[in-house]
Amino acid sequence: MNWDIILGVSLESLINATMIAYALAAIGLNVHFGYTGLLNFGQSAFLGVAAYGLAMIVATFGLPFWVGILAGLGGAVILALLLGIPTLRLRADYLAIVTIAAAEIVRLLFRSVSLSEWTGGSDGLQAFSDDFYAMNPYSGAVEISTLISFDERELWIMTVGWVLVAIALLIVFLAMRSPWGRVIKAIREDEDAVRSLGKNVVSYKMQSLILGGVLGSLGGFVIALRNAAVQPDTYGTEFTFYMYTIVILGGAARVFGPVVGSMIFWFLLTFINAFLPSAIDAGLIPSWLMNKNQAGAVGYIFVGLGLVLLLIFRPQGIFGDKKEVMLDGR
Amino acid sequence: MADDASVLPGVARAREALKDVPHEPGAKKPDPILVADKVIRRFGGLTAVQVDHIEIQRGAITALIGPNGAGKTTFFNLLTGFDKPNEGNWNFNGKPLAGVPPHKVARQGMVRTFQLTKALSRLSVIDNMRLGGTGQKGESFWTSLIPALWKQQEQEITERADELLARFKLDAKREDFAGSLSGGQRKLLEMARALMVQPDMVMLDEPMAGVNPALTQSLLGHVKSLREDGMTVLFVEHDMDMVRDISDWVIVMGQGEVIAEGTPDTVMADPRVIDAYLGAHHDGTAHDPAEVAAETGVPATPPAEGGKTDE
Repeated sequence: MNWDIILGVSLESLINATMIAYALAAIGLNVHFGYTGLLNFGQSAFLGVAAYGLAMIVATFGLPFWVGILAGLGGAVILALLLGIPTLRLRADYLAIVTIAAAEIVRLLFRSVSLSEWTGGSDGLQAFSDDFYAMNPYSGAVEISTLISFDERELWIMTVGWVLVAIALLIVFLAMRSPWGRVIKAIREDEDAVRSLGKNVVSYKMQSLILGGVLGSLGGFVIALRNAAVQPDTYGTEFTFYMYTIVILGGAARVFGPVVGSMIFWFLLTFINAFLPSAIDAGLIPSWLMNKNQAGAVGYIFVGLGLVLLLIFRPQGIFGDKKEVMLDGR
Repeated sequence: MADDASVLPGVARAREALKDVPHEPGAKKPDPILVADKVIRRFGGLTAVQVDHIEIQRGAITALIGPNGAGKTTFFNLLTGFDKPNEGNWNFNGKPLAGVPPHKVARQGMVRTFQLTKALSRLSVIDNMRLGGTGQKGESFWTSLIPALWKQQEQEITERADELLARFKLDAKREDFAGSLSGGQRKLLEMARALMVQPDMVMLDEPMAGVNPALTQSLLGHVKSLREDGMTVLFVEHDMDMVRDISDWVIVMGQGEVIAEGTPDTVMADPRVIDAYLGAHHDGTAHDPAEVAAETGVPATPPAEGGKTDE
């Protein structure tokens, strides 16, 4: 059994681009779900729209990289408006239903045959990230002992990603300790009470939906640039469920919750996925119990089990305050 | 209403103003702050509210009473924009309010509380209060990111909030989560928070529901003090002792309509009101009062609210 590799990939997953993308997506979702109480089950669509906005502008229409970034951000804002206008006046559960459906619509549009001329259908799009990597200041890989190594492409996307995470956290931190954030959190507790105090609740919920969507869309850029490709099935509903897991794991309505949640989530998942196959190879796990093909699924089972235990014994997540979580929401 | 020697100026003013108002449904008041006309709300085939005309006197405490299902809370919801009527118009401070969304109603100076108290549980008591401040610069997203732009105003709001918390004896709970307060304290907090909006009129939906007797007295005192501060109070209540104690005027609703108006004493002796609460004989069979009294053990002319009064 090669502990260096198992430990190495696990440690890398604490800071690599995938973890950053999920952290950004979860920071956005935390604005929706943690702070505002909006049950957005379509966060993956915000990432998808941003990723495809960038990819289509550059790869399909041949326009510059920065136009693609603006198109992706604009797409996230438009998606927020499209989702919010019909649903934010209704009860919270309607938003959940509409967003989960909208996310599937977005994904199916991206992979539909009739649009494949622009979206590349189920194959997606490539060759849009050259301008981004042309800006790469790094020239070689970085290795820390024999455990961790990142090549220069990964280093560049990680650098940009961590800057984006820092900016997103700063915005959330500043906004949520302000009177604006107070209204947002009050809406989570009771909309009608906030209305009775003269605040335009629908407008605030829309602002929250846009803010969280735009922050999440940054994660879409990171994923797209990291893979140098976009594929429709990356942005399925299970992506959103992982984001929820991360938000709850870190502690909802905590500034650093999503980042730490994403680190823990990816560390555990990567560790189990690296450990099980090599344990089977080494004969530590008998083949009647599990073979190598089954190890991947078992990894997710363990992660799920861990999360169930977490919710039972620490429902407030890593950063949460148990007293606060136990308060009656009404 | 007890004629004690120490009549407060607000009480005297309200009584003087309402002295010559006829005791009949839809009576004209000398200085109404709220005037509603032909407000109708139907739920399917049921007409929940059908108020022909109603006026609320400025600076007085008006009670809205009536049996369960009389449409009091629905009428409250309509007036404050939380529900939309099928027909009707109403003016507040001379401005039409029909079709105005609830947050704009509140900004115009008509603030309500709720029957089921809405404390914002996972916000601290002081944040609950601060939320009530109007015209906050820091409540717009872009400004919120630069604390220097709103710190000054936040401080002023916090000072006002602390004064109100002290007045409502919640200052010891300042940093606690609102969700950790007792039921009565939540009622106090909700009322104090409504005052942060600096309203002209406060609408209280069952302010005494679920409050223990010790706190009731303190809540009563606070409601009375609103009148002394020049505010108008309209409240829904079931507790007749309280209605008698604090209200200057009583409006009675029954089956969606205003069936009686007057001072507490006259209204509680009004046979229409007693009928509404205890049930009238709509089938035309006249029961012999003595017979009914013998069967039920209740005196033939029941006092208001089944003999609950102690005066």
